[in-house]
Amino acid sequence: MRFIGFFFDLLEPLFKFAQKWLGIERLGWFFVGPNLLVFGVFTFLPIVINVIYAVTGGVQLIPFDRPYTGAENFQILFECRNYFDIQSCRKDVFWRAIFNTAKFSVIQVALMVFFSLVTALVLNRKIIGRGFWRGVFFYPVLLSPVVVALVWKWLLQSQGVFNALLVGAGQTPIEWLTNSQWAFFWTIFVSIWAHMGFYTLILLAGLQAIPKDLYEAALMDKASPLRTLWRITLPLLMPNLIVVLVLAMIRAVQVFDEVFVLTGGGPGSATTFIVQFIYQTGFAEQIHLYGLAAAASLTLALGLIALTLVQLKLTRANDVGQKTR
Amino acid sequence: MTWVKKPAEAMSFIRFLTRTQNTRALGWTDYVSYSYLLVGLFTMFAPVLWLLASSFKTESAIGQFPPTLLPYSQKMVRIKSYDNPLPLYVITNDVGETKTMAQVSRIGIIANMVDPDRPEETMQVNINQRTPVTEITIAIENYSDIFKKFTFGKYLWNSVFITVIATLLTLLINSMAAFALSKYKFTGQKFVFFLIIATLMIPPTIILVPVFLVINSVGLLNSLWGVILPAVATPTGVFLLRQYMLTIPDELLEAARMDHASEWRIYWRIILPLSAPALAVLAIFSVMWRWNDFLLPLIVLSKSEFFTLQLALNSFQGELHTQWHYLLAMTVITLLPITLVFAFLQRFITTGIASAGIK
Repeated sequence: MRFIGFFFDLLEPLFKFAQKWLGIERLGWFFVGPNLLVFGVFTFLPIVINVIYAVTGGVQLIPFDRPYTGAENFQILFECRNYFDIQSCRKDVFWRAIFNTAKFSVIQVALMVFFSLVTALVLNRKIIGRGFWRGVFFYPVLLSPVVVALVWKWLLQSQGVFNALLVGAGQTPIEWLTNSQWAFFWTIFVSIWAHMGFYTLILLAGLQAIPKDLYEAALMDKASPLRTLWRITLPLLMPNLIVVLVLAMIRAVQVFDEVFVLTGGGPGSATTFIVQFIYQTGFAEQIHLYGLAAAASLTLALGLIALTLVQLKLTRANDVGQKTR
Repeated sequence: MTWVKKPAEAMSFIRFLTRTQNTRALGWTDYVSYSYLLVGLFTMFAPVLWLLASSFKTESAIGQFPPTLLPYSQKMVRIKSYDNPLPLYVITNDVGETKTMAQVSRIGIIANMVDPDRPEETMQVNINQRTPVTEITIAIENYSDIFKKFTFGKYLWNSVFITVIATLLTLLINSMAAFALSKYKFTGQKFVFFLIIATLMIPPTIILVPVFLVINSVGLLNSLWGVILPAVATPTGVFLLRQYMLTIPDELLEAARMDHASEWRIYWRIILPLSAPALAVLAIFSVMWRWNDFLLPLIVLSKSEFFTLQLALNSFQGELHTQWHYLLAMTVITLLPITLVFAFLQRFITTGIASAGIK
């Protein structure tokens, strides 16, 4: 503690000088300075460079050394001889990644919202030890993606528990992670397992904010539990549901680390998603095609912007709906 | 036993256990709810517990199929005139008599066995007639070996260093920014706040390539600082702290200014101590973010001497012949700190997240 105090005292003359020079109110710039510097260098500058990368070619890392190629990177990504056949595209892995990401996002988000809603509804009942149960569902959220993937890889490997159970039941063992359909199923399952607790928590907070007298009134009117759920709980939970839906969607579109460790994107490209495509194109392959990776990033960014706009629209529509009701 | 922390909860739990028919009986919906919760408990914890149990198995036990819950492994004996310990088997002969013998060697389906009491004589046995003698062995050496055989200590240190330094820096510069945004009125303040909040919308995955370039051109590639610095300014942190600092009354600052305290002194003697709860929330989040971080270290740190725990785990699991007994022990050590944080601060974290809506 004393060391920290010493450190702060050391900085004092610097700030005193700035204070004399700038005056108290403009000293604010001095306080936000370090933050803005980091943001500027590591967030805003990269956004600009990303655009430059996307319209230039070659393998050089320094933007000025790269030849301008216009929309060529996007052409490489999107060009297909026949748009009904992924095989005929120049970058069929990219198309497959987009297709996989879309399929993954839709299924995963639907299941995620369903299960976290059910869990939140159960946790909102009069149950004993709510804090404990809430913690149970939340625990995997804190684990790192690599640990999550390894926990499941250990269960799903060909000599793992799941196959032991199958053999015990007289079935033939299944290669869970090298069969493309099963591998896809497990990427969805594991990502729901790992993140469900977070969304449950948001929904639970929303449920607990619903005034209790509404339920008492419903009870007086002898409304059935199902009707109460449909007419009171869900409409009042709508703002939280929208938040969960959009957050889950934005995360699902960017799925990478768990899947990367669990399946490595395989078998083949059955579980290769957009971010992994970007990582592989820009960093993992022999020739680092930064331009192509940046173009794919921009495509992903457009998708995310679209999702955010949908969120705004949904929230607004919901607000209007609430007012007119 | 986090659930019986509060006396009132403990009471209600006891009441639950001793409930008789006189009080409100559990309806079928209650049974459904509790069954759901129990299934949830199993699904969430069983995989991690299985990993923990498996991490204490010896290399040979871990390769067994079907796997056992407890770490059984074959019993070995030392016999005079043999250099290495020999595996023990129970031999059943044709008439059903059993005898415990050690195996010297095996050719095809015939095994050369020796009686531990009479080491001079060997006899030949069909391998179908023997079953291994097993005992519970807890392979603590999985845990000590990873420090001896691999530079696991180095990875652990890298992770700890990044987590601690990054968290301290995050707290410092984010609280400074939050102070300026909540307690000053300077031109361009709204714009700055807007800029910071806007970065919430920019996921790091999108600017992966140019971030790599920036880190490379400032010479931080393959340096722990290259992982620490890019993410020390977090929009969530600034937002969280600013909202909290807005609740600190301005009169306190005025009083301090009357006493000729410098602005810097006001910041670290008044604002920081009063924001302790919000700082604690941010500190916990920062520790979790940093300890679990994967994508940024993956592109910045390519030399194995700079690997964090997460990168080390990833590279070990990617090897052709995964040494699961070591990998599992490493995984347990990696998840241990987070699990401890969770066990002690569970209530704090869950309420913090529910109110801030961040992860």
